Amino acid sequence: MSGSGTFLGMPSFPENAEKALQDSQLRFNLRKATHTIRGKRAAVVEELPDWQELRAAGKAIKDDALRNLDRYLLQAEEAITKAGGHVHWASDAAEANEIVTGLIRATGETRVMKVKSMATQEIGLNEALEREGITAYETDLAELIVQLGDDWPSHILVPAIHRNRSEIREIFTEHMAEWGRPAPEGLSDDPRTLADAARLHLRERFLSTKVGVSGANFLIAETGTLVVLESEGNGRMCLTLPETLISVVGIEKVLPTWRDLEVFLQLLPRSSTGERMNPYTSMWTGATEGQEFHLVLLDNGRTKVLADEIGRQALRCIRCSACLNVCPVYERVGGHAYGSVYPGPIGAILTPQLRGMASELDASLPYASSLCGACYDVCPVAIDIPEVLVHLRSKAPHAPAERLGLTAAGWVLDKPVRLERAQRLATRFRGLVPKRRLPGPGAAWTATRDVPAVPEESFRDWWQRTEEGGGR
Amino acid sequence: MSSRDLILARIRSAVAGAPQTDVEEARGYRTSPAPGEESGRVELFAERVRDYRAIVHVVPEEEVADTVARALSGRNAGRLVIPDGLPEEWLGAVPATLERLRDDPPLAAADLDAADGVITGCAAGIAETGTIVLSAGPGQGRRALTLVPDYHLCVVRADQVVPGVPEAISRLDPVRPLTWISGPSATSDIELNRVEGVHGPRTLEVVIAISGPR
Repeated sequence: MSGSGTFLGMPSFPENAEKALQDSQLRFNLRKATHTIRGKRAAVVEELPDWQELRAAGKAIKDDALRNLDRYLLQAEEAITKAGGHVHWASDAAEANEIVTGLIRATGETRVMKVKSMATQEIGLNEALEREGITAYETDLAELIVQLGDDWPSHILVPAIHRNRSEIREIFTEHMAEWGRPAPEGLSDDPRTLADAARLHLRERFLSTKVGVSGANFLIAETGTLVVLESEGNGRMCLTLPETLISVVGIEKVLPTWRDLEVFLQLLPRSSTGERMNPYTSMWTGATEGQEFHLVLLDNGRTKVLADEIGRQALRCIRCSACLNVCPVYERVGGHAYGSVYPGPIGAILTPQLRGMASELDASLPYASSLCGACYDVCPVAIDIPEVLVHLRSKAPHAPAERLGLTAAGWVLDKPVRLERAQRLATRFRGLVPKRRLPGPGAAWTATRDVPAVPEESFRDWWQRTEEGGGR
Repeated sequence: MSSRDLILARIRSAVAGAPQTDVEEARGYRTSPAPGEESGRVELFAERVRDYRAIVHVVPEEEVADTVARALSGRNAGRLVIPDGLPEEWLGAVPATLERLRDDPPLAAADLDAADGVITGCAAGIAETGTIVLSAGPGQGRRALTLVPDYHLCVVRADQVVPGVPEAISRLDPVRPLTWISGPSATSDIELNRVEGVHGPRTLEVVIAISGPR
């Protein structure tokens, strides 16, 4: 995951989290939102007697798609090309941005409208286009709130989840005029009125913009069909009205067959917005209704994730965000602390794998979890997030003192006789162990914990003295 | 090496030796309704569409024309977009003053925006999810027709309603442009409350036509 200037140079997760925890408004907004959606999800999942079977099928289909990804991508390419579309391959963010910029240039347009897409956020497309003099207008209500507020998204599904209605009203009133039609006079903070304001603000843009940029939820290898799920109708606007449509899609979005949709169209809406079905889903194959269509297939670190036997399951993710909504850590710190477009539990395993763990932030992400496992329970494609977290923790860089300590512990625990001697040594010198804080590098460990008391006698010695030694 | 070849090579080396998955074995979910569920299919469809705060009428086939006329007059819809292939009898009771906007030659986006609404049929209805699927076929028109106008009146024949998502998928042709509609345009972006009416039609009215005596 290179090229995204968005969150570079951010401090580590614990530092971000500490700051976020002090924002009581943020915590209130998040708590309210995540609890609402949790309840809705649980109710509609409960409705389906075969949820676990669907979940197992979803996992199997994605595993098959990833295992044979080369074949399925070629199949999709052939189908789309046959249907009059053009397929481009981008190995990283820079190349994807270059391709999209070139395609927009070729149309002679300098304005494009966008439907919410994680992939284009990941590659920093809007910023790249801006540098080339092309303005990208976000059309999803939450993305609009984020764009107008010059803010970062904090949730996969509801990027403005950290904003409440009165903050949104303020953003609309202050910033809509800079991007087009100003907000109506005397705008209230009633959600309906706010949605109406967005409708008015974007209407003219929808009807006149000639290039649309989207992502996709699924790409069907068998037929070359692209699938976009949405709620507001801005997706349909961006997908159907422009003369040219460019879709940037991660290679892991492939589903082998048309039939596979019968699984994912049940799993995704219920896991995501907690609805039986989202208001609108668009499916199209190649150049549709006279439109020019380009698909940009994006790697940008995905093949690196695919190479990791344990970590690759993260690529099954369908971006539903159910794991964010149940996560006790996310609920308290919000999405910004994760320093990536992919926040929450899935972000904690996806970001360090896509970007690597060279930065302090990325190396700290596998620790942004209490390993409670709620994320795994709700995941519609059964990604064992705790398993991957632990796996990544073992791969993350560790401080020299920690490594030294663990090497020493390993040596001691390797032979019973060594442990026995170490325990005797510890009991003999127990008076020297500080009661509260350890000195040197150990201080970091005791900053949030007490030093455990060293007992007078080890269990081993006690056992020998009482039981084994016949002291009954 | 092209990026295409590079990505394909990276994939092949990443998954080399990984085990294969038997997908068919994993398809243990429902693909047809349980016995006894079939009978309430249309009622369930109506109930689920209503849940999205759409307006729903369930009427015998011969009353479709009257229901359509009443719905249009209730909204004062004077300019109606009518896709090619719409059954003429559905418009049998509308007043002569109704302005019929045909999409031939294709209407400009601004014309669609100025219309009061659109009337269409559909390709399928899904009971379990309250979903209507359009496939740009006869009586449905291209995708923009049901998107830009603020009001969508949709006639669904009872025999088009299938029990669940799997039955709909097997009935649809993926090569056609498909639009799945579950209620009017909505957003949950403000404090995760569903609010109807953003960029698509703010009102969805559905007439479910039952053939034979009810």
